[in-house]
Amino acid sequence: MMDAIARLGKNTLDFLASFGRASQFLLGALAGVPKPSVGLPLLLKQIYSVGVLSLVIVMVSGLFIGMVLGLQGYTILSDFGSESAIGQLIALTLVRELGPVVTALLFAGRAGSALTAEIGLMKATEQLSSMEMMGVDPLRRVIAPRLWAGFLSMPILALVFSMVGILGGMLVGVEWLGVFEGSFWGNMQASVDFRDDVLNGVIKSVVFGFVCAWIAVYQGYDCVPTSAGISSATTKTVVYSSLAVLGLDFILTAVMFGNF
Amino acid sequence: MAQRTTEIIVGLFVLAGMGAMMFLALQVSGLSLAAAGSTYTVYADFTDTGGLGSRGRVSMAGVQVGSIESIELDRDTFKARVTLSINSDVNNIPADSAAMIRTSGLLGEQYIDISIGGDLESLQPGDNFYTTQSAMNIERLISNFASGR
Repeated sequence: MMDAIARLGKNTLDFLASFGRASQFLLGALAGVPKPSVGLPLLLKQIYSVGVLSLVIVMVSGLFIGMVLGLQGYTILSDFGSESAIGQLIALTLVRELGPVVTALLFAGRAGSALTAEIGLMKATEQLSSMEMMGVDPLRRVIAPRLWAGFLSMPILALVFSMVGILGGMLVGVEWLGVFEGSFWGNMQASVDFRDDVLNGVIKSVVFGFVCAWIAVYQGYDCVPTSAGISSATTKTVVYSSLAVLGLDFILTAVMFGNF
Repeated sequence: MAQRTTEIIVGLFVLAGMGAMMFLALQVSGLSLAAAGSTYTVYADFTDTGGLGSRGRVSMAGVQVGSIESIELDRDTFKARVTLSINSDVNNIPADSAAMIRTSGLLGEQYIDISIGGDLESLQPGDNFYTTQSAMNIERLISNFASGR
């Protein structure tokens, strides 16, 4: 009995300690912005590997999700004779929800896991500590560019995802199933509001990008420097990021669209 | 990879993001590049707003001239007080015009239609509509018909 309570206490303390370490780490990395002449090339390189290389998977998934939405939406809406509302259905679903959320999940799997593994291996091969020996702060040199790259890339990826998804939905709805193109776009424009829908979606993706990048670099930086440690840190990155994204999505949706 | 190539690719990536943003703004949400223009506020009291919602359409002769800002309950008269924002270039609505709640199509959304009066005075910002017509309620119509009133 006492053992169980002690274990609960230990787990709580461990969790709080690791959350505290993660916050300290985040502040250090955010504050440690290097000089533009040094930092900008590092940042660009990371945006390339985190953002640009994720573009293909994001676009392909967006295309297929948009096409599936078009097909499913058409089947349901045609029962009520309101196929023309399909544009509204596709655009609102993508811009408000699927764009930010699915992009964040893909991002955690594609870029987050790579970040964790890379930093974890740097730690295991003592590259981070040798940087410290040379007087280079690894938080500034290694962590900060990766964090900022994830933070900046995520909204762009989510916007591209929504756009490709809507075009995919149009491909199925208008080109294949024969919904009138004018009512497809017209209904969409009448129901999607730029500030309430598009910008709130962007805010969501900014938050998700921040959380995913933070979890990924922290798990890498905090991992046990062995091969088993790196593998478990990579798994944790994907699991924690996905859970955090889905949980935060509910909270953000309730605040943004909940009407209370 | 050469630094310059990375720079160009990242630049293209950012441009793709901006392009997607423009697409979502212009094509999907129908935001027009022209400024939204200034509006003025008038009020209308209804006994029943039905399914009217904020951001709804306010039109005149079928042309959209403004939108519904908010709908609140007036605690003294127990009527719904609807705040309408009308485009400032439509500043000559006769003061005795009526605001009516209409439905677009059979099951479409509800909107406010302004039916034009004949007064020479026009509605000023902050004015109330004298005459309003509430939403048509099919249940009420049927029960009135059934009870012969």
